[in-house]
Amino acid sequence: MFDDLRDLYQEVIFDHNRNPRNFHIMEDADRKVEGFNPLCGDRLTLFLKMDGDRIIDASFQGSGCAISTASVSLMTEIVKGKTEAEAENLFKQFHEMTTGKEEQINLEAIGKLAVLAGVREYPARVKCATLAWHTLDAALKNEQDSISTE
Amino acid sequence: MTNFPVEKIRADFPILKEKIRNKPLVYLDNAASCQKPQQVIDSIVHLYSHEYANVHRGVHTLSVKATDRYEGAREKVKDFINAQSTKEIIFVRGATEAINLVAQTFGKTNIKAGDEILITAMEHHSNIVPWQMLCKETGAVLTVAPIDLNGELIFADFEKLISDKTKLVSVVHMSNALGTINPVEKIIAAAKAKNIPVLLDGAQAIPHMSVDVQNLDCDFYVFSGHKLYAPSGIGVLYGKQDLLEAMPPYQGGGDMIRKVTFTETEYNTLPYKFEAGTPNIADVVGLGAAVDYLNEIGMDNIAAYEAELLKYATEKARQIKGLRIIGDNNNKGAIISFVLDKIHPHDIGTMLDSLGIAVRAGHHCAMPVMDFFEVPATARASFAMYNTKEEVDILMAGIEDLIKIFG
Repeated sequence: MFDDLRDLYQEVIFDHNRNPRNFHIMEDADRKVEGFNPLCGDRLTLFLKMDGDRIIDASFQGSGCAISTASVSLMTEIVKGKTEAEAENLFKQFHEMTTGKEEQINLEAIGKLAVLAGVREYPARVKCATLAWHTLDAALKNEQDSISTE
Repeated sequence: MTNFPVEKIRADFPILKEKIRNKPLVYLDNAASCQKPQQVIDSIVHLYSHEYANVHRGVHTLSVKATDRYEGAREKVKDFINAQSTKEIIFVRGATEAINLVAQTFGKTNIKAGDEILITAMEHHSNIVPWQMLCKETGAVLTVAPIDLNGELIFADFEKLISDKTKLVSVVHMSNALGTINPVEKIIAAAKAKNIPVLLDGAQAIPHMSVDVQNLDCDFYVFSGHKLYAPSGIGVLYGKQDLLEAMPPYQGGGDMIRKVTFTETEYNTLPYKFEAGTPNIADVVGLGAAVDYLNEIGMDNIAAYEAELLKYATEKARQIKGLRIIGDNNNKGAIISFVLDKIHPHDIGTMLDSLGIAVRAGHHCAMPVMDFFEVPATARASFAMYNTKEEVDILMAGIEDLIKIFG
């Protein structure tokens, strides 16, 4: 049953979809940005607590598909403690993993996020996985209050 | 099922033999666009191979043949919806362009600041945005008749919203997001009582039932070919002749003129006044072939078969725990829009695709409908005359399986 989908829907993704991490409003957030994918209606709000250029806490609220929920949940875990430059570098790696060629993936740098590599084979779902990261990018650049994938 | 030649019909659609991810295709995205029979494909190949030239232009043989084919298709469409005259059949790109045409010509001449355009809460974006644009330009107001939780128009509220300021009623015949068929006879009667013209958006209705514009007494009826087993990029605006005569042209150019000087242009007669430039000749011919094909099967037979199919699918869907049908009522065409507990429609779409099943996941170009039901999106299985009970079974088994895997 759904054997072809094992690369896309790994157990880690189901786990994060059922029990998203850091899923709460952050009252004292330094940065708050909304991300929206109008095509599928995925919507999330990302909260960041900063200490200088270091992310000391991250959380989110919103609703979306399993891929987008798992992606943002994993992201909030992995960026905690990272500097802005380190987080931006992760975004770059993640983007390459989801849109580029397999040989370009730096598994060491990407760590746990590698479970989302399967979206590469599903062009219609890439935006589900990258919404979280585009929202983080906007939050780090402090550019605007909301971003959209379209 | 009763004598409906579904296997014979399926054999006419080459794409239905395709394998998707190594599984036989179960195509249930017909409300987005439906597939084409060989007869339609052949009609286009034949035209380009043997009879193609520009229309309404030359005296040479091919131009005459192509013109005959093109105007022959207009005649077929006229008969198909029972219009009074071919002058009332305008070829456009699709239902969307037809509505924009009416907004920009009829709308701009007849609708002024403070006037109202009445639509319903179940409209496709194509029957919302052109009117919003017109309202912005003119200062007119868009009013919206509400729907209930079963996805049906609240007719009493609709009636109350008809006022002396209402200059046009523009409603969907059958909702693409819910499947609901509106009580268009009652809607038209209520509008006519106050001499308000009515536009029906028939994009979704026309492949599922016979449509008689004279019997309906609507003023405009619009539809797209690609949902009627015809090519994409072609559609029809039907308008009552006196209204079309009074409307200014939509676009200027060749074919829509009778005489041009640098100071003045005399416009062509109907329907050419609204068909500027070289038209989509081949797809019009394809539309004519689709109409022939449907006439042979009979729209009433199609409606009866699909009603049976919808009933079967609805009963099965209702038995699935955690499945909620969005727009569950008894006045529906063959569409089941649904959500599953804790499983996003996009995941449903990808998972069913891996089983060879094509459904739509999203807002179906009807974001206000999604807002009303407080869902970000729905999954939608939309059926056509070539779908079978076996395919319904494959869909429902797939849904049960994906519920299990999501746990």
